[in-house]
Amino acid sequence: MTSVIIAKSKLNDFLASLKSGYQVLGPIHQGDMIAFGPVNKVEDLALPYSNTRLSIKSVFFPQSERMFGYSLDKEDADAGIIKETPKEYPNRVVFGLRPCDAKAVTLVDVNMDNPQYQDPWWVKRRETTTLIGLGCEHPCSTCFCTSMGSGPFDETGLDVLLTELPDAYLAKSLTPKGEQLLKQAKGTDAASPAGEKTAAEIKTKAEQALPKLETAKLKDKNMMELFNARFWERVQFACINCGACTFLCPTCWCFDIQDEVSKKAGDRIRNWDSCMFPLFTLHGTGHNPRDHKVQRVRQRFMHKLKYYIDKYGDGPACVGCGRCVQACPVNIDIRNVITLMNEYQTSAGTKA
Amino acid sequence: MGNPYLPYPVRIDEIITETEDKNLKTFKFVFLNPADEQAFKYEPGQFAELSIAGKGEIPIGIASSPTETGFLKFTVNKVGLVTSHLHNMSVGDIMGVRGPLGNWYPLKQLEGKNIVIVGGGFAFTTLRSTIVYLLQPENRSRFGDITVIYGARTPGMLLYKDELAAWEQRSDIHMHITVDRADDPTWKYNVGFVPAITEQKAPSAENAVAIVCGPPIMIKFTQPVLEKVGFTPETIIMSLEMRMKCGIGICGRCNLGTEYVCKDGPVFTLAQLNNLPKEY
Repeated sequence: MTSVIIAKSKLNDFLASLKSGYQVLGPIHQGDMIAFGPVNKVEDLALPYSNTRLSIKSVFFPQSERMFGYSLDKEDADAGIIKETPKEYPNRVVFGLRPCDAKAVTLVDVNMDNPQYQDPWWVKRRETTTLIGLGCEHPCSTCFCTSMGSGPFDETGLDVLLTELPDAYLAKSLTPKGEQLLKQAKGTDAASPAGEKTAAEIKTKAEQALPKLETAKLKDKNMMELFNARFWERVQFACINCGACTFLCPTCWCFDIQDEVSKKAGDRIRNWDSCMFPLFTLHGTGHNPRDHKVQRVRQRFMHKLKYYIDKYGDGPACVGCGRCVQACPVNIDIRNVITLMNEYQTSAGTKA
Repeated sequence: MGNPYLPYPVRIDEIITETEDKNLKTFKFVFLNPADEQAFKYEPGQFAELSIAGKGEIPIGIASSPTETGFLKFTVNKVGLVTSHLHNMSVGDIMGVRGPLGNWYPLKQLEGKNIVIVGGGFAFTTLRSTIVYLLQPENRSRFGDITVIYGARTPGMLLYKDELAAWEQRSDIHMHITVDRADDPTWKYNVGFVPAITEQKAPSAENAVAIVCGPPIMIKFTQPVLEKVGFTPETIIMSLEMRMKCGIGICGRCNLGTEYVCKDGPVFTLAQLNNLPKEY
């Protein structure tokens, strides 16, 4: 693990040297929002910033993606045969994502890359992407990362962590991938003990500024009693099932698969989907196991804050980025739901 | 790394209209590439995604048995976009099959036990796979008594009528076929709902497991009957239906508590289901 200093005056040299080996992505202005997009020079970066509107997940798992293609022309020998669509996986570096997003990627890895099945597109993009995180000196009012096993300077999932100092960035490599990147990059200088000390102080100060929610009791709750709790009626009351929370959430991974045809050829594509939508679970017979809004709202929170914990012995599947808190049009606040769930009295654990 | 979303290309080899309402057809598929057939090793109770270019995919239980080689069979009810399209396809047409998917009836662990199979309507498909597997000469001796209770609305709505008739003639399987009502005066089997016939035949729960697959209403009323004769939540095995897409536990929609029905199921014991949300 190496630490180096990138002087702000040399950041362009640093980015230029990355461009010789990688496609460089970073937070850029997109309309009124900030999104991950191609970066050529420092001026492209939307710095300083709090966080991107959409999370990092779209870098690995685009909102809409072509999976396969096929011909429907009866004249073709391979009509009706579904084939892989060639894709490129260039080496990429994401510069300046927030540590909560990187932590979220590792939570989604558990789903996309498990011992039994691997999502090939997710796995290949993960392999070819290096993540340079930028620690949060000034977390937002909606942030609660330290309560969810992450933090403003959390290193989980990152290859390099940057801490902004007055006139430089302290860059710490965390993985062999990050080590190699820093070794090859230009514009770096040896880190000084003074710089590292300042960085540690910034980290402590940021962590102390964050609110602390209690979550420790979630894992010992009885799943079915939590499922049947009456507070879900209150939680769901104002929800309009718009799905904004699920689309912005860095740990929401659900998708739909659809076929789209134009003339005599077609594509199989996948699109982000949401447990907030009634169609998500509608059977062909017309039966819908989650027909009511309360069931759908409960599914989202239970999946993140209970099912994931019980299934994988890890989690919760929330990193406290606060995007859903900011974007919810009816002010449903996951922080309140976490407290309701954590404080709810159940008889015993799930695996009684 | 193989792509788990990519179907194997298959050709429709045979189409059998199973029921008098013509809404259920059995499709027999052969693999275009022999290597794919080798890769498609399955157990009774598993399902696959039937994949039609331009239409989409549907999760359907495998009706053929692993003891039958050279083809796969699926019985498909005409319900939505993909199934309606499939019903209009012809022998020789090319499509895809993706799988095998999900878990299976734990038959290897059930060796030495008596097996009671209770099925209703068109959910009989993976039960057919199971029966064919159990009756295979080298498998049959490994199991005790085999009892089958299978019901449909009318005689014309029963699946696999020729095989049912053949099984009726055998001494190594106790068949109890029933229909909700029969207008046919030559009908020689039972008349009555599956729960009532189950109660009447009262299969012994001793050293036995019950594999139950059918519409929710049948399951709801059969369960207490089975419990009355001594079956426990641990010895009642069921298979769930859910809307699915990926079939490999990744796309999220069949999530039920800690389980993904497509990957961790569709086969669960009643004991397992009692600890999961009833959102199916």
